[in-house]
Amino acid sequence: MTETLTAPAAGRAPRRIAGRVKAAACLFVLFALMPPLAAALDDPFWILIGTRFLAYAIAAMALDLILGYGAMVSFGHAAYLGFGTYAVAILSSYGIHDLSLQILAGIAVSALFALVTGAISLRTRGVYFIMITLAFGQMAFFFFISLSAYGGDDGYGLTQRSSLFGFDLTGRDGALYYVTLALLIGLFALCHRIVNSRFGRVLTGIRENPVRMEAVGFAPFRYQLTAFIISGCITSIAGVILANQAQFVSPAFMSWHRSGELIVMVVLGGVGTLAGPIAGAVAALTLEEGLGALSEHWKLFFGLFLVLMVLFSPRGLTGLLEKTGLMRGKS
Amino acid sequence: MTGLTVRNLNKSFGALKVTDDVSLEVAPGELHAIIGPNGAGKTTLISQLSGQLASDSGTVNLGGRDITRMPMPGRVRLGLARSFQITSVLPGFTALENVALAVQARKGSSFRFFAPVATEAALNDAAMRALAEAGLDDRAHVLARSLSHGEHRRLELAIALATDPKVLLLDEPLAGVGGEDADAFVDRLRRFKGRLTMVLIEHDMDAVFKLADRVSVLVYGQIIASGAPEDVRNDPAVRAAYLGDEHGEAA
Ligand SMILES: Nc1ncnc2c1ncn2[C@@H]1O[C@H](COP(=O)(O)OP(=O)(O)OP(=O)(O)O)[C@@H](O)[C@H]1O
Ligand SMILES: [Mg+2]
Repeated sequence: MTETLTAPAAGRAPRRIAGRVKAAACLFVLFALMPPLAAALDDPFWILIGTRFLAYAIAAMALDLILGYGAMVSFGHAAYLGFGTYAVAILSSYGIHDLSLQILAGIAVSALFALVTGAISLRTRGVYFIMITLAFGQMAFFFFISLSAYGGDDGYGLTQRSSLFGFDLTGRDGALYYVTLALLIGLFALCHRIVNSRFGRVLTGIRENPVRMEAVGFAPFRYQLTAFIISGCITSIAGVILANQAQFVSPAFMSWHRSGELIVMVVLGGVGTLAGPIAGAVAALTLEEGLGALSEHWKLFFGLFLVLMVLFSPRGLTGLLEKTGLMRGKS
Repeated sequence: MTGLTVRNLNKSFGALKVTDDVSLEVAPGELHAIIGPNGAGKTTLISQLSGQLASDSGTVNLGGRDITRMPMPGRVRLGLARSFQITSVLPGFTALENVALAVQARKGSSFRFFAPVATEAALNDAAMRALAEAGLDDRAHVLARSLSHGEHRRLELAIALATDPKVLLLDEPLAGVGGEDADAFVDRLRRFKGRLTMVLIEHDMDAVFKLADRVSVLVYGQIIASGAPEDVRNDPAVRAAYLGDEHGEAA
């Protein structure tokens, strides 16, 4: 059970990282091939669903940055999805439809929220950290529920999609899909860089043994807080996409269920792997669609599936693939 | 060369007084050994000196600077490093990575997000030097969790050395190390003499009397004797409380 976490021989780590990059590249190629396939099957609906999958993949990967690499289990990450979605709604109600501006606005609000709530939450550990991030997430949720100018509880329909550098994305599901895929690939590259940088090594070190890190001269707080902010900002980008995908925003995007689903995606895909949570998002949403059609008690089956997964593969899908030898980097 | 001055230091855990009015003068460049029976409060004292534990009262002074209220990372940067009695490393990192992090802490900013750290020659070279000094360079690329107990002790030393300390606090570096390994370790520590100020906690009396310039004896949180090794060895109070007569005669 723990064999994936103990005693790999020297030199396996770099190979494993290379394997994960390769796996991510394979996923990206598959994603890129999906729209033509959907068109060929005359099922363009899948392009719109696919955009949703990719947006959640971004969010799950962002959560993995702090959950997997920093051992910070944020149970309020859906708040950042919410900031992204409402950045779209609020800006477009003022006639600002540019995607990059909406992303910037979402990031700005998220950075501020993450700075304040992170600074407070990081005074706690373990279960308390989970509970306090949940509480802050709920605060954001109820704030938008009371925001009657944007429909409060009922949400707010968007009359048009955003545009990117003057190119209107309304009615162009394929274009939105590829914009999202480009964002996912770019953000994966960014996260990959971060976890292998000086900063990433400090973050991982704090996860492994905070006292040791203090004993060599690092004060953990500032590194954890920085990672927390980066993760929140990236998650809000997923929110901007989701608003455009659904052409509708509502506080439901930031409910605690959603935060839980993000954690499930990360755990399912494999914590601390970046590529894993991307696959985890796709797997979780596919299971949701599939099991949902089969039985109304699908959550029960999904829960069972998750328990089995955690028991037999602590590193999620990534761990399974690595065990069976399907995923191996050459380096 | 930097010295360490401790004045009237106290620490209680509930009703248990573990550090009782401890005063200590560690002169620049000396190796000052602290000996004492199990549970005397040696590790607690080291934790107070390193800033891991806050003291109830008293002062700690490093090279003329009052560091009593300074948290551990700040003290490390001023050149006060410790090793742990119970090995405390990053198990999922290689030995080299463990040590390179200690170098990174003092070399440049760690708010660098893009350049890969694994190939930073300045970090790896300095880390390899520290590993070599601790006698672990041949195991540089092995994960810390896969190292043996003796190798863990050397990794502890290498990490502490890599912080570039002026004053090194060693909490039973020889714990569980025997035979040739222990001899090599003692030789290593001897080589640091004159270059570093050291506070050495050790149960191995042979090692202590081979290395120490001065010895303090801690019993029930109090320093009951302090001085040259020979004087301490012959101090009647120490013999009664700690060393036991056989050891005194044998030596
Ligand atoms: N965090 C703590 N809370 C309560 N009591 C503690 C704590 N840490 C240590 N003690 C107690 O303080 C006393 C001194 O412990 P300490 O570890 O400092 O002794 P030591 O001299 O290092 O012993 P050893 O030679 O076994 O390493 C012991 O009685 C121990 O049980
Ligand atoms: Mg001790």
